[in-house]
Amino acid sequence: MKLLTLAACTTAVVSASFAAATHAATLDDVKAKGAVTCGVSQGLPGFSNPDSEGNWSGLDVDTCRAVAAAVFGDASAAEFKPLSAKTRFTALTSGEIDMLPRNTTETLSRDAQHGDFVGINYYDGQGFMVRKDLGVTSAKELAGAAVCTNTGTTTELNVADYFRSNGMDYTVVAFEKADEVVAAYDAGRCDVYTTDQSGIAAQRTKLADPSAHIILPEIISKEPLGPMVRHGDNQWADIVKWSLNCMINAEEAGITSANVDEMKGSDNPDIKRLLGTEGDLGQLLGLPNDYCYNIVKQVGNYGESFERNVGPDTPLGLERGLNALWKDGGIMYAAPAR
Amino acid sequence: MAEMNSGESSKQGGFSLSDKHTRGIVYQVLTIGMVAYFIWWIVDNTATNMEVRNIRFGFEFLTTEAGFGIIQSLIPYNEASSYGRVFVVGLLNTLIVAIIGCALATVLGFIVGVGRLSKNWLIRQISTVYVETLRNIPLLLQIFFWYHAVLKPLPGPRDIHARGDQLWFSLTNNGLMVAKPIPEPAFIACALLFIAGIVGTVVIKKWAHKRQMATGERFPVLWTALGLIIGLPLLVFFVTGMPLSMQPGEMGTFRPNTGFGLNVIPEFIALLLALVAYTAAFIAEIVRAGIQSVSHGQTEASYSLGLRPGPTLRLIIIPQALRVIVPPLTSQYLNLTKNSSLATAIAYPDLVATFAGTVLNQTGKAVEILLMTMLVYLTISLLTSMFMNWYNARVKLVER
Repeated sequence: MKLLTLAACTTAVVSASFAAATHAATLDDVKAKGAVTCGVSQGLPGFSNPDSEGNWSGLDVDTCRAVAAAVFGDASAAEFKPLSAKTRFTALTSGEIDMLPRNTTETLSRDAQHGDFVGINYYDGQGFMVRKDLGVTSAKELAGAAVCTNTGTTTELNVADYFRSNGMDYTVVAFEKADEVVAAYDAGRCDVYTTDQSGIAAQRTKLADPSAHIILPEIISKEPLGPMVRHGDNQWADIVKWSLNCMINAEEAGITSANVDEMKGSDNPDIKRLLGTEGDLGQLLGLPNDYCYNIVKQVGNYGESFERNVGPDTPLGLERGLNALWKDGGIMYAAPAR
Repeated sequence: MAEMNSGESSKQGGFSLSDKHTRGIVYQVLTIGMVAYFIWWIVDNTATNMEVRNIRFGFEFLTTEAGFGIIQSLIPYNEASSYGRVFVVGLLNTLIVAIIGCALATVLGFIVGVGRLSKNWLIRQISTVYVETLRNIPLLLQIFFWYHAVLKPLPGPRDIHARGDQLWFSLTNNGLMVAKPIPEPAFIACALLFIAGIVGTVVIKKWAHKRQMATGERFPVLWTALGLIIGLPLLVFFVTGMPLSMQPGEMGTFRPNTGFGLNVIPEFIALLLALVAYTAAFIAEIVRAGIQSVSHGQTEASYSLGLRPGPTLRLIIIPQALRVIVPPLTSQYLNLTKNSSLATAIAYPDLVATFAGTVLNQTGKAVEILLMTMLVYLTISLLTSMFMNWYNARVKLVER
């Protein structure tokens, strides 16, 4: 097999081979670089979006900043690489980025082939948006429609499955960049725009007249979105996983960026362990013991991040819904830090 | 080292770097060694890194179900088809835009190239402006121009057709659709006559050429050919009462339903227009250079023999110009074919967009897929070159 590989690779693109040869200890690489490199979207409001000065913000960006805060005690020690849906996995496997918090749906094949999912930071589902004047009220009435979507996404596959299983004809127009999909839909190239519901809410803000479009009630898929890391580095996977869990656990314990210093003096053993005033949980991960304190202090807990980026007071106006804590009727649930 | 001691160098007393012949061999061996090492280094690096990252090499994925839709395919394709079929669909989509593009670019390029040498001031200036403008604007920008500025602002199907309308022709931002022709038995007679006309013309042309060579008498081949190829079939067509009906498409809820004879997506139109307009500008310059390379004395000699301007161009200038035109024309064909991979920017499902794009993303088989894609472009390019070299060998001057 290796001989075949050798023979076949003579003309192959070798970008992968020029990447860092030592890949196992991502934490060491990150420390040597002085920053965490995160692959993010090319601009999805609420999840990862740069402002006019190039500062990134969003739910996914906060996940990355949380890891930076955990490793360096400095949430700004993070670099962002915008990636198209198509190139994101190659960037991760080749070592170009350290983690991929890029509204990526966890699926079996991706988990097995491209890397490891280490948690869910947004529970989503795929929906459809159409023009109001079409008079369509259900996705079942979309037979014969042209659908605009992103190449290389689960969306593209779900829409194929949905129309096929309902015996409906359709045409798919698949673009590489999310902005091109929206522009094509806005120009009338397609009748339907489909992506995750959160994505629809985000992209609708970019349309010429957002109120002229409605989101259909059907949700045709489960889309658990979460950060990914490379295969084969368990320590790094744990760091990313527990950075996210820290934000969720902090919300559950009522710790916010505003009261975290106060909470540090709390007698509650759960809070003490979480903030590192008791035990050495951080060291088990190869991090300082106050890693979670730094995350909450600098980035905030999950609820704060949600409200700031996608919540009801933002242009996206998303309710917590499934993403509420398990105590509050949602399914956001993190394993205990102990 | 045995080789080095043989031959001329041994005569001069064994191995010495000051000997020109020995030095030459040493340099060549060193160069080959370095190239071989470089290739080995690339291959080994790739293989080692793939092994370290637990990436397996193999082509089993080609039989896996693709699961996604493709907007245009020349062969039957649906979501249940395999990745291997996606490869073929993408390849055919690339080929069709490349072949039609090369043909149209050649025609347009010849017209503009001859136009630049026209005696008519207006035609000459228009041709010059065309070449200088289109040649100097990046191709990607031109593709965007045709797609976003020309085709997308067209009215949508629902703006101009009402539901249930019978449609024979439809040009909207959803593409170009033309009704399906339904031939009746008598139409087949017309088609056969048409083919017979072409065959007859070839035969007559040969006979006329032979007769002209022998007797000097000329035969009106062009008019005979027009009558045989177009006139006769058309006559039969009308006499038998136009045995060809057009089956119209129908406007559905969203767009005209499928079932049209011709259904061209706007992405194809935009890509084709951009490639043709851009490449034609280069071909025009090649054609101009070719014609100008034939000295004016040839024209004067031809006129003095009594040939009119038409035959002069056809029999004297063009054959001599072609030997200058054909080799660079090949490069333009290759450019057009490779440039068609810019399709990915406007959602035209060519090989790069579908196979090296979506399939790569879904399977993660980067090395295998890029390897296959590069081999395909290499093969297409080599085949084009081979064909053009053959053609060049045919048209070049026979030198004695």
